[in-house]
Amino acid sequence: MGSLKIENVKKSFGPVDVLKGIDLDVSDGEFVVFVGPSGCGKSTLLRVIAGLEDASSGRVLIDGDDVSTTPPAKRGIAMVFQTYALYPHLTVKNNMGLGLKQAATPAAEIDRRISAASAMLSLEPYLARRPAELSGGQRQRVAIGRAVVREPKLFLFDEPLSNLDAALRVNTRIEIAQLHRRLKATMVYVTHDQVEAMTLADKIVVLNAGRIEQIGAPMELYNSPANEFVAGFIGSPKMNFIDGARLGESVKTIGIRPEHLTVDTKKGAWKGTVVHVEHLGADTNLYLDCEQAGLITVRLFGAFEAAPDAMLYVTPTPGKTYRFGEDGKALT
Amino acid sequence: MSRATSSLPRTVAAHAVLIAYTVIALFPVLVIVINSFKSRGAIFRTPLALPGPQTFDLIGYATVLSQGNFPLYFWNSLVVTVVSLFLVLLFGAMAAFALSEYRFRGNTLMGLYLALGIMIPIRLGTVAILQLMVASGLVNTLTALILVYTAQGLPLAIFILSEFMKLVSADLKDAGRIDGLSEYTIFFRLVLPLVRPSMATVAVFTMIPIWNDLWFPLILAPAENTKTVTLGAQLFLGQFVTNWNAVLAALSLAILPVLILYLIFSRQLIRGITSGAVK
Repeated sequence: MGSLKIENVKKSFGPVDVLKGIDLDVSDGEFVVFVGPSGCGKSTLLRVIAGLEDASSGRVLIDGDDVSTTPPAKRGIAMVFQTYALYPHLTVKNNMGLGLKQAATPAAEIDRRISAASAMLSLEPYLARRPAELSGGQRQRVAIGRAVVREPKLFLFDEPLSNLDAALRVNTRIEIAQLHRRLKATMVYVTHDQVEAMTLADKIVVLNAGRIEQIGAPMELYNSPANEFVAGFIGSPKMNFIDGARLGESVKTIGIRPEHLTVDTKKGAWKGTVVHVEHLGADTNLYLDCEQAGLITVRLFGAFEAAPDAMLYVTPTPGKTYRFGEDGKALT
Repeated sequence: MSRATSSLPRTVAAHAVLIAYTVIALFPVLVIVINSFKSRGAIFRTPLALPGPQTFDLIGYATVLSQGNFPLYFWNSLVVTVVSLFLVLLFGAMAAFALSEYRFRGNTLMGLYLALGIMIPIRLGTVAILQLMVASGLVNTLTALILVYTAQGLPLAIFILSEFMKLVSADLKDAGRIDGLSEYTIFFRLVLPLVRPSMATVAVFTMIPIWNDLWFPLILAPAENTKTVTLGAQLFLGQFVTNWNAVLAALSLAILPVLILYLIFSRQLIRGITSGAVK
């Protein structure tokens, strides 16, 4: 079991309010990702759940028990950090076993769990090494292994992939996804990378300036963002926002995703000049300066040749535009 | 060294400056050591010459070892230095950990207060310290010296160590907390090993003034059984006659223990630097 409930959690550091009232329910076995720009409070929220920071007010419940005054080691959680945070003086095996040893687990049980976890993460050849003798990816696997052996109710990940290079990041991401499927444990994951959020999450929590902007499944956030912030944050390249008045619409802002625009050399809704072209291989990103819509991004699948300053016509896909009111909320 | 970053004239110039500095720094020490092996006449006739077959004389060392009680003085100096050093490093590191790790009201003020001692010489308070020691019956004990030197060494130790402790990964300490380590275990097992190079630096800076000090032993512990080496060497400096052989021999001997301690710490220092970054 490993459900998590957060009730009106607030946190201030002196005069700065970092969390302004967070309510969240996570059910057993769910993979929840906190995503948001840096400084939005996502790491602080994770640290409050872990017990590394005390909430200024509000309650944290794990499996229905209020753990607001429980020290981190007694909360039944395990945490994986961005900087790995392995104990430099201990071998891989002792790094993984230290938490269990502190909790007075029998040695045979510790050995059993370490061998199970190291088999799962293919760490067996490295058990006798120290962290300094491992590569970045191996270190992060050890850090994950250290969390697994504790058999926690709740796994907490604090940007675990941020220090890895791009190729390793994808591999480790897949490993984390497989781990979740195998252990069926509840996981809370913090990242600023929306790709990680989209690929891993059962449920994404978008945070901004200490508040929850929207909670939902990845595709739900992509297809029906609650407001301009979520619309701009989920999806890459970012959604185009066009002033409604420029297009003769009654709403404040019109949003169109770059992948929901088509271009044509002869006719279309808006006329524009090419500012810049990015060839990504599978995709091409066009940056166009349109007379009606201003500067917009278009994402085309496959290769597309366009010279800078060339004239093109852009047409939005019908039914794929979003409308936002004065307060930034989505209108239906 | 790669060819792109070195040129012969630059290398020569850099080495010339470094060698000149080394010579200037070592010259007085060398003069003391070579003259300690010469006869009294030779010290005055040719102070810069190396001891030769005619001038070689161990009379200074013989005097030092026969007069006074130099083994005891050495022991006293060593006890005072090592115990003070241990206390400075222990309390300094603990205070630095508290200042760098915990948020509490008055943290910055406390840090400034503890660092203030770097700017105010402890000798200004000599009279008050003497009164305090008389009142508490600690005059002519090594405890008096240890207490004073611990107080003298703490400000710099706290200042340097708290800066280094801020650099220790916060994630590492948090990982320890999640694994159920106590704050003491986190301090002794995780943080201290990582700041060992800076501890060695602090140890060297703390140790040398303590070993060389004449002021406080003279005032607080001038009794025969609590004399330190520097105070003991004063035995041979008279108002009218000075036994230079003995003074130089005593000083040469006094260099040895502090040199050994320095070598121990500097090895730590180098090992700390070469063992690589924390990450």
